[in-house]
Amino acid sequence: MTREVLTQQIKKLLDEVLLLGSMVEQATFNAIATLKNRDIHAARQVYDDDQTINEKRFAIENAIIITIATQQPMARDLRTLAAILEIITELERMGDYAKGIAKVTMRLGDAELPIPIREIEQMGELGLGMLHRALSAFVNEDARTASKIPAEDDAVDALYNEIYSELVNEMIADPRLIESINLLLWVVHNLERLADRVTNICERTVFITTGELMEMDTADEEENE
Amino acid sequence: MIDHQTQTKPPIISAEDLCIFYGNFRAVKNVDMKIVPNQITAIIGPSGCGKSTVLRSFNRMNDFIPNCHVTGKITFHGHNIYDEDVDPVQVRQKIGMVFQKPNPFPKSIFDNVAWGLKINGMKGDLSEPVEQALKQAALWDEVKDHLKKSGLSLSGGQQQRLCIARALAVKPDIILMDEPCSALDPIATLKIEDLMRELSKDYTIIIVTHNMQQAARASDYTAFFTMDSDRAGVMVEYGETSHIFTNPQDKRTEDYITGRYG
Repeated sequence: MTREVLTQQIKKLLDEVLLLGSMVEQATFNAIATLKNRDIHAARQVYDDDQTINEKRFAIENAIIITIATQQPMARDLRTLAAILEIITELERMGDYAKGIAKVTMRLGDAELPIPIREIEQMGELGLGMLHRALSAFVNEDARTASKIPAEDDAVDALYNEIYSELVNEMIADPRLIESINLLLWVVHNLERLADRVTNICERTVFITTGELMEMDTADEEENE
Repeated sequence: MIDHQTQTKPPIISAEDLCIFYGNFRAVKNVDMKIVPNQITAIIGPSGCGKSTVLRSFNRMNDFIPNCHVTGKITFHGHNIYDEDVDPVQVRQKIGMVFQKPNPFPKSIFDNVAWGLKINGMKGDLSEPVEQALKQAALWDEVKDHLKKSGLSLSGGQQQRLCIARALAVKPDIILMDEPCSALDPIATLKIEDLMRELSKDYTIIIVTHNMQQAARASDYTAFFTMDSDRAGVMVEYGETSHIFTNPQDKRTEDYITGRYG
């Protein structure tokens, strides 16, 4: 096997993507927990930790640029590096969503309000499950698995619509809660967008394998952007 | 063989079931290749895959190699250039060649370019066509004040452009380039690549290169050749350069361009 240096560099980059992915998963999980526990201190931690996610993304981007400049990758190698560039951007944005949820926890403070935390947790579990499997499929270049994951977004969308209606009804019933519930609407919006972005990761996995760039699901992405 | 060509433009030259033999040894087999006019086509592949042999067959340069013969057809302007009634000298006038190592004649810069014109019967003042060819080869500004100096006094990159000017002077349709930059430094190489792009407006260029980055940078179409199990060169894949270098369809192409060949 030739191109040992390039092969090793790509392998290392894929490990870094997994690491970034796990940081994002943890941040999202923790952010939802801060909301559940109304833990402002922990929320501040999630908020601040987003900086580490951003730095990791830039470090990977920098390493990719160096790899392209020094190794002149072609074909599948080039597609893999281009896909990583796209995916780390998606992950970094997902990190921003977690930060956004943590910010909501901080802004809510100890205000009394009914939070549909079970449903929010469920949205988070679904989205994070999709993300975890999408990243596994990516590093394993498993286009088959990747192409099935986007369909799961429908369940996340259904939950989003359900919680959205519930929260809007609460708002109508008690206008004093408008500001607080508006913040909660952002929480579910962020979780819904997280699942949408998983679809983009799956598209890149298919791209690496087939060389074809194709959209798997965009309808609700455009609506909710 | 995978051929991604979607061009509807009629080819300027095409090989059809081309096989090239050295004695009994079949060095290249069954090549079908349509060259798109006013485009740069790169031929890449490992050593010994027959890419230079194929290039030389496009203007019958292989005629000079003892025991070399071809089967199949190479059609240029509707004629098989290997037909008995075809004059190979005329073929080479319309299909010029630039070699790996710059090979200016031990004559002045002016005479190097005028040489082809003279042997084609042009007489009188050749200043204008010489100037024209040197301008087209992007050499004029560097040599206009010392046209009487020896061609050998120029740098390697300048010598190669002088050879290109010499090929252009006789107004060919196609220019064949056999690793034209392999003896040049990176800056001179990039100058030749820029020149190729400029020339492709008026000429069709076919280049053999060992440098894959050069093929990726400088060509519109790429053909990948390799050696088959019987050691004959075969064309594996042919298509737009942008496609070949991002999403080749044959594993052999993929392995070669990603550097995992062998």
